[in-house]
Amino acid sequence: MSGDWPLWEVFVRAKGGLAHRHVGSVHAPDQELALRHARDTYTRRLEGVSLWVVRSDQIVASDPDEAGPLFEPAEDKIYRHPTFYDIPDEVKHI
Amino acid sequence: MPSLPPIERDVEKRADKAPVTGAFDDPETEEFVPDPLEDAYYEYLLRLGDDALILGQRLGEWCGHAPSVEVDLSLANMALDLIGQATHILERANNGDGDELAFKRDVLDFRNCLLVEQPNGDFARTIVRQLLYSTWQHMLFEQLVDSPDPFLRAIASKVVKEVAYHRELASEWTVRLGDGTDESASRMRDGLDWCWRFVPELFEVDEKLEQLIGLQTVPDPRGLERGYRTAIGEVLAEAKLEVPADQRPILGGRRGHHSEHLGHLLAVMQFLPRTYPDAVW
Repeated sequence: MSGDWPLWEVFVRAKGGLAHRHVGSVHAPDQELALRHARDTYTRRLEGVSLWVVRSDQIVASDPDEAGPLFEPAEDKIYRHPTFYDIPDEVKHI
Repeated sequence: MPSLPPIERDVEKRADKAPVTGAFDDPETEEFVPDPLEDAYYEYLLRLGDDALILGQRLGEWCGHAPSVEVDLSLANMALDLIGQATHILERANNGDGDELAFKRDVLDFRNCLLVEQPNGDFARTIVRQLLYSTWQHMLFEQLVDSPDPFLRAIASKVVKEVAYHRELASEWTVRLGDGTDESASRMRDGLDWCWRFVPELFEVDEKLEQLIGLQTVPDPRGLERGYRTAIGEVLAEAKLEVPADQRPILGGRRGHHSEHLGHLLAVMQFLPRTYPDAVW
């Protein structure tokens, strides 16, 4: 039965101040039930304070065959890493 | 299944009230008189606790059998909410030992309403049963939040949030199945036909309940009926389902007169602790 339903990607915000993180997906017939299914499947143990669901077929994804041109040029550009200054201990989630 | 003796509460009470001095020392020893209010309160806890326990057990039967894994989790989550509620309420009724009430009573001693013990049927009937019960439970607990009894007040403020979700979920599914395909709508009509005759029992008031209502310890369910029927009517209208005609009401669960289905449920639920009384995990 759930094979008849579209797939939705689920994002959970663990607590205020953090970004929503992708945690998995659910099948559901529409957006309201997708939220309920996401709640019942992924936040049963106090995992979150906010939920997003997005139709999986609405996500535009990069083509794995293009991974070379897309990502490899960044490999030898270590100067783009923010590792040349110290981060104070008090600053979290950076 | 061997039937265990009923819990002899009166005997325990008599023991509590037994005079410290010998019978011959005090010729004016009062005869034990059961406190009718305490009895009514105990009865009320059994009704609420048994409703939650039996409906929780019923929903648990769906585990592994629901139409999809997501629905499986939805139903199991509701079951666990309800069993948690039952645990708190039955523990309160029996000095901390809820298991004794859950596993060592027989059919006649259960005080749940007939609606919650009805077999799951198909998914549509399970949803109808949930809509009819959760809507009532939510409206009742919204009022219990203001009870002068500290226990009822505390449990209600926790439960009301859980049950609000049950009610919403059941309403959402009612709309989707009622206003879905011809088959889902016809199954919902069958589910309504099955469950509707058990609705009047939710608003029944007997002598014991009357006592607590008189003290304003608990709400009068009759005061909820109009709002309940309106609320159910709105969900059914959105689901393009007709409100069924009222049938002859079937009552009796609150006095221990249950349908034949409850015994089968208890046989499964109670088998393990009755067969292996010392089992732990």
